[in-house]
Amino acid sequence: MATGGISRRRLLNGVTAVGAGTLLAAALPSRRAAAADLVVGFIYVGPHDDFGYNQAHAQGAVAVKKMSGVKVLEEENVPEDVAVAKTMESMIQQDGATLLFPTSFGYFDPYILRAAPKFEKVRFEHAGGLWTPKDPKNIGSYFGYIFEAQHVNGIVAGHTSKSGKLGFVAAKPIPQVLQNINAFTLGARLINPQATTQVIFTGDWSMPVKEAEATNSLIDRGVDVVTMHVDSPKVVVQTAAKRGASICGYHCSQAALAPEAYLTGAEWNWTDLYPKLVTMWMKGEAIPNFYRGAFKEGLIRQSPYGPKVSDEARKRADEVKAALTAGAYVIFKGPLKDNTGKVAVEAGQELIQSNATDTNLEAMNFLVEGVLGSLPA
Amino acid sequence: MVEETAAAIPAQRGGIVRRLHTIAARTAAEAVLVPLGALVVSLLLFGLFIAFAGVNPLAAYGYMAKGSVGSWFSVQNTLTRAAPLILTGLCTALPAQVGLMIIGGEGAFVIGGLFAAMAGVALLDASPLVAFLAMAAAGIAAGGTWVAFAGALRHWRGVNETISSLLLNYIAIAILNQLVEGPFRDPHSLNKPSSPSIGYDHMIGTIPGTEIHWGLVIGIVVCVLAYVLIRHTTIGFAARVTGGNLRAARMVGLPIGKLVMLTCFLGGAAAGLAGMIEIAAVQERASADLVTGYGYTGILVAFLARHNPLALIPVAVLLGGIGASGGLLQRHLGLPDAATVVLQGIIFVAILASEAVYGRIPWFKGAEASA
Repeated sequence: MATGGISRRRLLNGVTAVGAGTLLAAALPSRRAAAADLVVGFIYVGPHDDFGYNQAHAQGAVAVKKMSGVKVLEEENVPEDVAVAKTMESMIQQDGATLLFPTSFGYFDPYILRAAPKFEKVRFEHAGGLWTPKDPKNIGSYFGYIFEAQHVNGIVAGHTSKSGKLGFVAAKPIPQVLQNINAFTLGARLINPQATTQVIFTGDWSMPVKEAEATNSLIDRGVDVVTMHVDSPKVVVQTAAKRGASICGYHCSQAALAPEAYLTGAEWNWTDLYPKLVTMWMKGEAIPNFYRGAFKEGLIRQSPYGPKVSDEARKRADEVKAALTAGAYVIFKGPLKDNTGKVAVEAGQELIQSNATDTNLEAMNFLVEGVLGSLPA
Repeated sequence: MVEETAAAIPAQRGGIVRRLHTIAARTAAEAVLVPLGALVVSLLLFGLFIAFAGVNPLAAYGYMAKGSVGSWFSVQNTLTRAAPLILTGLCTALPAQVGLMIIGGEGAFVIGGLFAAMAGVALLDASPLVAFLAMAAAGIAAGGTWVAFAGALRHWRGVNETISSLLLNYIAIAILNQLVEGPFRDPHSLNKPSSPSIGYDHMIGTIPGTEIHWGLVIGIVVCVLAYVLIRHTTIGFAARVTGGNLRAARMVGLPIGKLVMLTCFLGGAAAGLAGMIEIAAVQERASADLVTGYGYTGILVAFLARHNPLALIPVAVLLGGIGASGGLLQRHLGLPDAATVVLQGIIFVAILASEAVYGRIPWFKGAEASA
């Protein structure tokens, strides 16, 4: 019993010593972080290496890491609930971050909108949020009209497809997704007016099993080029490649997953934007609260063409891309019919990006003629 | 002889009482020290795990301490994350009293939150108190009914309650998505289908002087009430008898069907209330984000607390603390998000394994207590 007592006491002493050591260890890095560097925090809703939405942002973070005088913090798999509120606060209060990139759409309302007034010296840069002038001024909203790159995808797909049947695995029937489905289909029908796009909605942003099932069922129906709008295209790409179909990628390049079957892809170009925004913030320049763009502004880019893409397809795709970059090409230009035969865009009307208040693109609610599928009533 | 015996009895009685006290104290000590020991073992194993990942375990422990309790911000972070887990833990812990293994907390949470949001949207013009009470009632009724389905299927149809409550989770999530993308959608929620707002003025605020919402207090009160119900009422006693020995409970004529339905309803009601608080204190409107996973973490909380309603509170705080410290581990040590999940898993296994220790350490039995 006596020896037991001593060993317990020794154990306690040991624990205290370890405790003191850990406190010291914990104190050291934070002191180092406080030394003048700009601390920038990136928050992702999924894994940072998902071959998709989050990886595109993480690539932007990598570009920021290369800048001098900047310390980058990253946190992945942060859900759109109290967790993101606490992660933002923790980055600000415990790590001294003054510029945050909470990258998931759902972080905006209410979490960023509530955090911004509390931390007026911190800049919140958010991807996709619809900032309005009544919202806090220390929030910036940026996004790319990536459907332009999906349109180029469609052109390449139209050239490559033998069956004229294209497939689209989509998460939810929301405007951003519909823009992509429609732009892709319009691109394909420029080349092959009989081409159709069969769309399957999986219901949520990350549903790997349903995405695989959807891809298989598309290919079973004769689809030979597949594209998608889900958070991580990995499963769709691998499934399609295994089945011998071609792929147009999305979010970032998935060429590494299917080097032969990958045609091209619609990519975010955050690697250019993020260092620019960080530099502006460091210099104290005014960052726009609402910033949108596409090829012309360098917010999106096209993956390099894969080996299966014909010279003719490359030529045509490059032409359209050049026209889009020059601002001389409108994708959603009337007259356009939806797939129930109703007029979706009147003759002479153009759905174009313009400014913060003009959101006719952001409210898109139709599937263009040539899309097989329907929207919830 | 007579005198001796007479004198001896009180002395002996005193001894027995003292000894009983000691035994009670040591049993209580066992109930606290065994899980604590399991926790320490888990932390050591976790240290070993991250050492293999090339990270200094001491630095990790340091960040965990800093992230969970190291500052007032951290403490609030921990408690805010713990709040919903206290209530979703009850969804498994209460039916466990009658021997049912319910894992439907997620569904009850979602359906409770959804109905609370409906009540909140319908009562935008009512006073905050009326709106609060109506939302709470809606959340409780919806969540309770949801898990009561699983209880009813079990009692009257013999359907395994674990499977049915799990499947009910998927149905609840499907209903949520169907409604917020269809009839219950705010047409202005373009790229994130959501219900209309319940109104910022109708949200429940934070405890004065803190950033912790009132859900924590509500959770603690409900746990205390649940403890009283289980340990200090005849209903609770009957429930525990049913859970301990179903045949004996039947023999003595306990109303097993009622007990099953009651515990399932109350468990689901607690999770539904947590869903209501999530809407009223955090999210403001119903959307797919209501699928938080708190219901599943609640299962872990209930098992770690050995289904004791009072023990749910510290266990939920422990898991809240792990969640709160996860960010620092990611940001400063480059550990993946999965590290905290690994720690949760290790703790779960260690606590389950520690069940084998109960009654095997002589000191806790008070063997030498009278010496």
